[in-house]
Amino acid sequence: MNIDSITNGFVIDHITSGRGMLLYKMLGLDKIDCSIAIIKNVNSKKMGKKDIIKIDADIDVNLDVIGYVDPDVTVNVIKDGKLIEKKTIDMPLILEDVIKCKNPRCITSTEQEIKHIFKLADRENGIYRCIYCETKAKDKE
Amino acid sequence: MRSLIDILDLSVKEIEELIAVACDIIENPAKYAETCRGKKLATLFFEPSTRTRLSFEAAMYELGGNVIGFSEATSSSAAKGESVADTAKTISCYADIIAMRHPKEGAPLVASQNATIPVINAGDGGHNHPTQTLADLLTIYREKGGFDNLTVGFCGDLKFGRTVHSLISALSRYSNVKFVLISPEELKLPSYIKKDVLKKNGIPYEQTTSLEEAMPKLDILYMTRVQRERFFNEEDYLRLKDSYVLEPNKLKNAKEDLCIMHPLPRVNEISVSIDSDKRACYFKQVLNGKYMRMALILKLLKEAQK
Repeated sequence: MNIDSITNGFVIDHITSGRGMLLYKMLGLDKIDCSIAIIKNVNSKKMGKKDIIKIDADIDVNLDVIGYVDPDVTVNVIKDGKLIEKKTIDMPLILEDVIKCKNPRCITSTEQEIKHIFKLADRENGIYRCIYCETKAKDKE
Repeated sequence: MRSLIDILDLSVKEIEELIAVACDIIENPAKYAETCRGKKLATLFFEPSTRTRLSFEAAMYELGGNVIGFSEATSSSAAKGESVADTAKTISCYADIIAMRHPKEGAPLVASQNATIPVINAGDGGHNHPTQTLADLLTIYREKGGFDNLTVGFCGDLKFGRTVHSLISALSRYSNVKFVLISPEELKLPSYIKKDVLKKNGIPYEQTTSLEEAMPKLDILYMTRVQRERFFNEEDYLRLKDSYVLEPNKLKNAKEDLCIMHPLPRVNEISVSIDSDKRACYFKQVLNGKYMRMALILKLLKEAQK
């Protein structure tokens, strides 16, 4: 299977197999008018199987979203067809308007203008809690 | 701007200082009678409350200050759809400090992010109620002389009981504290509190459904009400509401210096006949709450002036 190499953009590599589509949606890539390839279940020596996303456009990629969905990925920045930077990602300490609090008792459920902010409460288990009500973020799905 | 949203916003040292000021207020009330002259406390109560609102108001009056505010959402602009953020900005133009109760969790935090004056969380739904915890801490301090080496039993609704969660968090910072968690299966302490607070701090605890078995070990017995307003299902509430009723015969194996506490209001979980027992401390808690709120108002106003 051939996917054309990109000129200016990003390759999000080492995505845990099965999380490519989730990342695609959470990064809002479905709303962008450019060439994007999602490659699923690619053989990988390190991971067994992995997903890859290639974005052929110089857009702003929200690294916090990537760090939340899958902190082990690598983001390769491509400029003029050449790899210019390899970014490793970490879990962000704060997530702002990335996920929504689902607690019906939370103030964010009734006041629409409040930003949904989550903080990393447990790094080992990747658990985020709403800063307003401390409700745990739902599992990534 | 310094506010109090969660009891853990205060360090152990700051709590000790508040206790020291509260004890000084008890000893020398006249010394504090004019300390808030010309200052206004706004009590923004979007949910009904008797004790907490009146306690804040009494506290401010005893410091020589004044009080403005409302006691239900229907008599505020919230009924017209005003946001918590706008309310906080508006009240900042009128008052020097806010005490806020709101049915939605996190509302006082939103207020503190938008106000230009200190905000005290006077209860946000089933989430936090830090000034109740301050009242509880002063009561334990005055009855037991400190917080170390205590075995504290919590009985009743440990799942939704915000006062229980806050007091466990606050006491977990002292040494050799042990907890006995007494509740029906359905109202056990949430596992994240056991993991994040108790296990993380290496605090010994046991869980039981029997109040009688736990009783002889306890230095403090903290009773709670099963709260109707926290249940989505009336059937569950009716089934669980009378799980524990403290009556004189249940105290026969209790320590002579047991301290019986309750955040009040009670429904029937503590028999009225216990009130005359010298171990009953729940009305002392109410009074201690006023003194701690006085100490807290003084502290936050002082810090705001800096």
